[in-house]
Amino acid sequence: MQAATIRRFSLGICAAGALGFLASACAPSGKSSSSGGLLAGNAAERTYVPPGSYDEYYAFLSGGFSGQVTVYGLPSGRLFKQIPVFSQFPQTGYGYDEDSKAMLNTTFGFVPWDDAHHTEMSLTNGVPDGRWLFINGNNTPRIARIDLKRFETTEILQIPNAAGGHASPFATPDTKYVVSATRFSVPIPQKDVPINSYKQNFKGTITFVTADKPGKMDVAFQIMMPGFDYDLGHAGKGPSDGWFFFTTYNSEEANTKLEVNASQADKDYIAAINYKRAEECIAAGKGKKFGGSYVHNYVDPATRIATSETKTGVTMLYPADCDGLAYYLPTPKSPHGVDIDPSGEYIVAGGKLATVIPVHSYSRMIKAIADKQFEKTIDGIPVIRYDAVIAGEVKNPGLGPLHTEFDGKGNAYTSMFISSEVVKWRLGTWQVLDRIPVYYSVGHVMIPGGDSQHPWGKYLLALDKITKDRYLPTGPEGSRAAQLIDISGDKMKMLLDFPTVGEPHYAQAVPASLLRPGSIKFEKLTDNKNPNVTTSEAAGGITRKGKRVDVKMIAIRSHFAPDNLEGIELGDTVYFHVTNIEQDWDIAHGFAVFGANTSGVTLPPGETRTVKWVPQSIGIFPFYCTDFCSALHQEMQGYVRVSSPAMHVPLSANVSKSAQIRDGKVSTGGEK
Amino acid sequence: MQQAEARSTYLEGPSAAVLASSPSGTVKVRGQGRMPILARALMALASLALVGLFFVPLWRVQLVAPQYPEGLGMRISISTVRGASVNDLANINGLNHYIGMKRITPSAIPELQYMPWIVGALIVFGLLATLMGRRKILIAWLATFLVVGVAGLIDFWRWEYDYGHNIDFQHAIIKIPGMNYQPPLMGVKQLLNFTAVSWPDIGAWVALGAFGLAAIALLVTRRTLRANASLA
Repeated sequence: MQAATIRRFSLGICAAGALGFLASACAPSGKSSSSGGLLAGNAAERTYVPPGSYDEYYAFLSGGFSGQVTVYGLPSGRLFKQIPVFSQFPQTGYGYDEDSKAMLNTTFGFVPWDDAHHTEMSLTNGVPDGRWLFINGNNTPRIARIDLKRFETTEILQIPNAAGGHASPFATPDTKYVVSATRFSVPIPQKDVPINSYKQNFKGTITFVTADKPGKMDVAFQIMMPGFDYDLGHAGKGPSDGWFFFTTYNSEEANTKLEVNASQADKDYIAAINYKRAEECIAAGKGKKFGGSYVHNYVDPATRIATSETKTGVTMLYPADCDGLAYYLPTPKSPHGVDIDPSGEYIVAGGKLATVIPVHSYSRMIKAIADKQFEKTIDGIPVIRYDAVIAGEVKNPGLGPLHTEFDGKGNAYTSMFISSEVVKWRLGTWQVLDRIPVYYSVGHVMIPGGDSQHPWGKYLLALDKITKDRYLPTGPEGSRAAQLIDISGDKMKMLLDFPTVGEPHYAQAVPASLLRPGSIKFEKLTDNKNPNVTTSEAAGGITRKGKRVDVKMIAIRSHFAPDNLEGIELGDTVYFHVTNIEQDWDIAHGFAVFGANTSGVTLPPGETRTVKWVPQSIGIFPFYCTDFCSALHQEMQGYVRVSSPAMHVPLSANVSKSAQIRDGKVSTGGEK
Repeated sequence: MQQAEARSTYLEGPSAAVLASSPSGTVKVRGQGRMPILARALMALASLALVGLFFVPLWRVQLVAPQYPEGLGMRISISTVRGASVNDLANINGLNHYIGMKRITPSAIPELQYMPWIVGALIVFGLLATLMGRRKILIAWLATFLVVGVAGLIDFWRWEYDYGHNIDFQHAIIKIPGMNYQPPLMGVKQLLNFTAVSWPDIGAWVALGAFGLAAIALLVTRRTLRANASLA
């Protein structure tokens, strides 16, 4: 603050004396501020978003082992929201309340955690369109859809016949499909076999999921692949639209000590899948009926309640039955990322142990296929000769190339995990143009739209795995980090460094103007079709059905109605259906009851949440508003009386007279 | 009967000035106190402009607080009080319960029931004045309009006073001795955390414009009549 004032002051003097000898005295002070080397001299200015002003971009960072998505603003690096996806989130009650807990159902039962890896925005004509964000769960393979009008998870589809849903949920340019490919090959269908029978029994699958209809995600078809590890993928675009590319490693098909045994071959493969051809083969009846159960969870848009459905059986396609479906492109040393440039011609692989960045050519691939330039066939999949498909190699890029994004101006930016830097190079000439250190061990890099046909090539975000000495220490468990880099000029410039929630595997970002106008301020009470909604103060109440007691309650500044509940007996299960009847922007309430074996819930305006409560003893139990809603928030509370069944306390719930008056149920002289 | 005949002749004829300059003395007498075509056109326009009051609000009250940067607003028209946004009125009423203010219920304000009839009557009266073309009727219309306008403002102020002062202190959650919550008729006033801003809305300007047009019509009439008198 002081420094800024002094600098402004001195700049003022400089401006005043610009014509005189003072001008020369001003120069060094300007230089000293850029003494950070690669730090942009005006970094503070470039990333400073004044209080009350908005960021230029929304960025969605995957939370990795947090199982969630975080929403940041760029260039400020301010955290706006954590969107719960695959993990229970006590902050809002996601996965705890009766409305949302079905979202985490799988064929393995309730799975309240996952390892969320890759964010992918829905696309229209190959350009991010701001409708939805998809993210995969790697551990128990799943794909989730986040509605970007609500910034809420509205759908999760489990992927059957798979293990390790890592190469996911990358989308086709029209979002017809998102994909999931198995990082871990396993017996498909599952069976009890010796692990060392890997080569005979283990298989990989690539799953195409229909994604363009909200609430209707489903497995379109699966492709049975050789038992390699399918790591990452990206759809073709422009001329290569209709193809999907996946990296593989462990083409050695090792089943133990993979770090050594899967690093033997000089080259692994990129699998090129012609999914338009797959559609043709399925239409021609070449797909096979295949087993496999999976669960589909979705939030009903009217009731806002999640429901689960279990589905069985998929259409399985075998490459041997559908010629032209799949090819392997040899690619050096256990490739990780596979990224398609905005033109759709170049297929860039991040060979994590390679000394070069190999770039394949789509047009050469098509020609090689036509000319049958194959070196061998694996399970019906032709392997194209490396020299027939390669377009060029970036020499000496650094160590451990992983992922590449594009700026739309003919430049590519590749993360170097081992040498901990981002390297800028030129498509076509394969010349390295610039490099910048990042802190530390960068995984993905992200340019807004940088994996699409329309990059907004102004910023690059480096997503790092470790931070070591970068921040004040916080014990043995530190945070992961992201660094914002200016890529608008010839030289990359470091602008900002901020810690992240969980591990940011990948991210997506779009201009704020794409999402800001559509963001919903509150749910209209008239649109709330929750069967347990209470739309007015006097409409609340309490009912009993056997041992089940349902309480319908409203929350409004600054009270609940009803707020005194009696007649609940030990042994009952109580469901509190609480509706926030506020119809105003950002007027949220919360609800929690003493001793509940679940989380509290947040209640956005106009929405209903149901909390289950099983009283454990007789007595009086308070409930209260957990979100500081108003000046009388502390008064926003109530009591539940839990009695012994022998007491025969009649069921009652008070609704105050003033509440009834407000609702027009009772009229008084002064009103109406 | 004869008068009616004369009137119809007059209506179809050229401007009063032309008629007045004719050598016929009877016409000159008839022309006395009558509005020229231009004045009638202005009067017709003034009357019809008031139809707009059925569609646009007369007054706007905007409330802005630290927690309400987007503001809450009321739009007061001749027949109702609406929120500036869908839920604004409900939200203003919701907030008012803290200070014990009465709910603003448009159906409970009788003026909003009969104001449309008064404005309707003014329109009919104005059109009649146009047809009859008599200066005195025009003056009567202007006077009536003025009375209605002033009475309307006084009544509006009275309601504001009532809402601002008639506080249910027994049930009020926030009680500040000596505080009243009367919003300003025009201008800006701080009401606890809210800055209340009250200004005429489009309807008020329409009404003022209508009054202005009629006043011009009167001036035009007067000038024409004077010119005629001097010619005579």
